[in-house]
Amino acid sequence: MIVKGFFSYLPRVIFTLTLGVVPHSSFAALTIEITGGGAQQIPIAIVPFAQESTAQANQQTLSQIVNADLRRSGLFKVLETGGVASRPSDISQIKYAEWQALQAQAMVVGKVESLAGNRLKVSFKLADVLKQTQLAGMEYNITPNQLRLTAHKIADVIYQKLTGESPIFASRIAYINKAKGRYALQVADADGENPQTVVSSAEPIISPAWSPDGSKIAYVSFEKKKPIIFVQSLLTGQRLTLANFKGNNSAPTWSPDGTKLAIVLTYAANSQIYLINADGTGLKQLLKSGAIDTEPQWSPDAKWLYFSSDRGGKPQIYKVSNIGGEAQRVTFEGNYNVSPRISPDGKSLAMIRNDGGKYRVALQDLATGQVQFLSDGGQDESPSFAPNGRVLLHATRVSGRGALAAVSSDGRVKQRLSESGGDIREPAWGPLLN
Amino acid sequence: MKQINLSKKLVGTLVLALLLAACKSTPMVDKPAAVEDKNPTNSASTMGDSSSADPNGIKELNVDGAASTGNNPLNDPNNILSKRSVFFAFDSDAVKAEFAPMIEAHAKYLLANGDAKLILQGNTDDRGTREYNLSLGQRRSVAVKKSLNLLGVQDKQIETISYGEEKATTCSDEACYQAARRADIVYVGE
Repeated sequence: MIVKGFFSYLPRVIFTLTLGVVPHSSFAALTIEITGGGAQQIPIAIVPFAQESTAQANQQTLSQIVNADLRRSGLFKVLETGGVASRPSDISQIKYAEWQALQAQAMVVGKVESLAGNRLKVSFKLADVLKQTQLAGMEYNITPNQLRLTAHKIADVIYQKLTGESPIFASRIAYINKAKGRYALQVADADGENPQTVVSSAEPIISPAWSPDGSKIAYVSFEKKKPIIFVQSLLTGQRLTLANFKGNNSAPTWSPDGTKLAIVLTYAANSQIYLINADGTGLKQLLKSGAIDTEPQWSPDAKWLYFSSDRGGKPQIYKVSNIGGEAQRVTFEGNYNVSPRISPDGKSLAMIRNDGGKYRVALQDLATGQVQFLSDGGQDESPSFAPNGRVLLHATRVSGRGALAAVSSDGRVKQRLSESGGDIREPAWGPLLN
Repeated sequence: MKQINLSKKLVGTLVLALLLAACKSTPMVDKPAAVEDKNPTNSASTMGDSSSADPNGIKELNVDGAASTGNNPLNDPNNILSKRSVFFAFDSDAVKAEFAPMIEAHAKYLLANGDAKLILQGNTDDRGTREYNLSLGQRRSVAVKKSLNLLGVQDKQIETISYGEEKATTCSDEACYQAARRADIVYVGE
């Protein structure tokens, strides 16, 4: 049930820029494989926060969680700080010469203080080691169960400040975990920690889709021996049967404003795309064709719906206006292009392409039409953009079982995770947490 | 760069009270309410005719067989109606001629039993993506439905759905892939 330590911190792992399979004895069930790195990795020292050992979450300290987040991005070279004698926890305590000797360009210091009423004050500072100046500083007044989220937010501040990218770490992922003959829709932090089961069934569950505000997940469940779409609140567990029409009900996807969903129904024919309000009312057909039309996805500006269709013989990706009308073909190379996903900036289309029998994640520049393969493939499925568009999560297979993998949108950094005994598929990256 | 306020209080967004709403799937077949007498000497209350049987012998009770004997042609292994799978070629939803007698038999049964309803479940092998395979499997259930329509069966007696690749096993040979590419016929209530 637990995807223990997905993308999680491996204390003794040294990251290298080359391919490395890194098994770790205390996580025997887990294999993380990391390939590649950013073109330029920023050397950063993260000093253990003062008093952080008193407030750990899942056996990890704040600085370890920050460290793991930054490493995972592939954009940082997190330096070993064990050889430096001093342990500054504020800017004024930093002896810059020590950290310059370590070749750090940036460094992070911080502390954890106990407050009344079982609350904690977490503060950190990000310093430019060469210029000897403070780049960022934050203070958080939290409850102990907000430690991990706080660590992810700290990592996001550092990542934003040093790379110029939008935040990514303080977010969650959903996926289906098949274990012991049961299917569980689970939600975990983006680093794989805190897995929670949202719904479980003896019958398949597929196609989880986050509402834009992250409060609900739509999914397809076969619990009644046919595909039916449910929308479930993560907070209350309450769920709505969104679509249970004759035939299949599948491929739910939310409009960017969260007021409606595009879904796929069949009645007595082939898959066709419909729109429906988020409360299950107002069903209307968006497109009519004698072919398969499925896997609708809104563009971030809500003007277009991208979808896969075999109307031209082989499955290709098309787009249609949000009020229907004539569909335009978007993919032209290859004879199997499915599962369209549009990047948050609206500029790229991720998809699954059959490349000579290998199903791979590919990225198409929507302006130029140029396509780049991002995953090495085999049986890759379900690409899903991180909230900032810099990373794609996708399903893959390792030794015949489902596993999750992540690849940076430039294809340079790749990670793969499998869990022994589990079969993980259908990942969906949720929005940033507030 | 985004400005972030100092002392920003984190509200309880990381609410971990994700309630587990377990879904219990409805069993397709009710458990037989068989009563078995453990004491062979008490023949008065036994259901089966075990009084004359060897008390040390084991009499197998086949409840499935008992239910179908004589009165349910759908489950009679000697009846073509017990054949329930239509197999397809790779990337195809064309119904092969060899399945015509079986589909004709089911059409005849549906026409003779107006209350009977069947569900056609399309299936694919596990190559490709789940949602697209769901649509491909649907093509196969629709193809069988069209064959039944041609024989006079109305849509109200048929529901076409797809399991896509959800029932498929991981295959390493063509026979395995072939077995996955099929439409299954299931009668409502079975």
